Amino acid sequence: MKSRADVVIVGGGVNGCGLAYNLAKRDMDVVVFERDYLTSGATGACGAGIRQQWSTRDNTLLAIDSVKIFEKLSKELGEDIDLRHGGYLIAIHDDKEMQQAEKNVEMQRSLGLKVDILNPQEINDVVPILDVKGMNAIGATFCPTDGHANPFKTTFAYANAAKRCGATIYTHTEVVGIKTQKKQVTEVVTNKGAVKTNIVINAAGVWSKDIAKMVGIKVPNVPIRKEIMVTERLEPMFEAMVISFKDGIYFSQQKEGQIIGGIPIPEQKVGYKTMPTVSFMQHMARVLTRYAPVLKHVNMLRHWTGFYDVTPDARPILGETKDVKGFIHCHGFSGHGFMLSPMVCKLLSDFIVDDKKSEVLESLSLDRFKDKRIEHEMSVVG
Amino acid sequence: MKNKAIVCRCEDITLEDVEKAIDEGYTDLEELRKKLRIGMGPCQGRVCIQIIMKILEKKTGKKVSRRDLPTSRPPIVPVSLGTLASDEK
Repeated sequence: MKSRADVVIVGGGVNGCGLAYNLAKRDMDVVVFERDYLTSGATGACGAGIRQQWSTRDNTLLAIDSVKIFEKLSKELGEDIDLRHGGYLIAIHDDKEMQQAEKNVEMQRSLGLKVDILNPQEINDVVPILDVKGMNAIGATFCPTDGHANPFKTTFAYANAAKRCGATIYTHTEVVGIKTQKKQVTEVVTNKGAVKTNIVINAAGVWSKDIAKMVGIKVPNVPIRKEIMVTERLEPMFEAMVISFKDGIYFSQQKEGQIIGGIPIPEQKVGYKTMPTVSFMQHMARVLTRYAPVLKHVNMLRHWTGFYDVTPDARPILGETKDVKGFIHCHGFSGHGFMLSPMVCKLLSDFIVDDKKSEVLESLSLDRFKDKRIEHEMSVVG
Repeated sequence: MKNKAIVCRCEDITLEDVEKAIDEGYTDLEELRKKLRIGMGPCQGRVCIQIIMKILEKKTGKKVSRRDLPTSRPPIVPVSLGTLASDEK
């Protein structure tokens, strides 16, 4: 094992590997530790969506900038990440939701996003298989530049490009301790050896809490288990991701033809248990066939569990705090780590290499919970 | 036809695809699965995983632990959404 590194990253998901690439590209000596295999956490269980329609300005900005990076990523990394702009169609069910949608759209448009409010007829123009009456929709918002990419391919492409730039990735290597001296990170200890470093990035997803504890920092994240399912492959029927904040459902058809989707259930609670439930299968099937009755003839193949690393305001925790110098937070994505990763990786790399601070990083600092300066992200699904 | 031996029938993955991915550094069964979609089709790997395990062991010289085999997921066999949504017992 290497004995020294400029930066050590804990976690081999899309953010860990994305950071490794961004930092290695800028000549930093980078080491990544992943205790299982690459994409073994939330990245590997993710719904693959990329959305720019948010209720908070910070998330919208991060997402708009992330899409711009996603658009160039296949070329930049030299591997196809299967990016598609199918759009996100967000169902609106009542007047209250319509008011929130109008507010969101106004803010999103002010940031340059193309997003429209659709009437029921227009919903079917975008996704013909939807039963607008069955889904109780009075309208929808639609952003055509939202879409999907393949989270596995994106992570592997980042990892491969990072290695070409000199980064070293150790999988099946667990971080067991982080040493500090005078409130400054000095060393990362794993079950296979230790690496001296002054900077460590905590990108360990739902296990970030445990990593932060190693330097005595308490983070307010909780792991929430989520279930998601996939159907057999079908001919292309629709390109958009369909979501509803009220019903909690999201579903889309992937490039290979399978429909992927999830929905919350009462059994969904805090904890690390991964046992899938029968009630998810039933509830998902009921709501999905209410939204798109034609899908009742389609087979569900599998369903699995993943975790949202949820913060009190459903927004990520990024950057350094004064408590421990060199300990960088990159977690708490609350279910949106994949879609926000390109810009998050860039902002954190700019901070680490150039000491460049940004408005978004400031507002997503862990300190916001101390000062109670929090604005809750409303647009959460699944 | 020499290299057209299909190892994953659900996803049309050939022996050549698997060997190429291993050469590119995907030497973890789960990473191979996520790279190639092996075991993600209707059979969930019942047909291919054992074969791929053998190819991986042969190429890397390392034994793949049975514990590392991908998890089988419910509903195990394909079931229609209509059936799952139905209240009938």
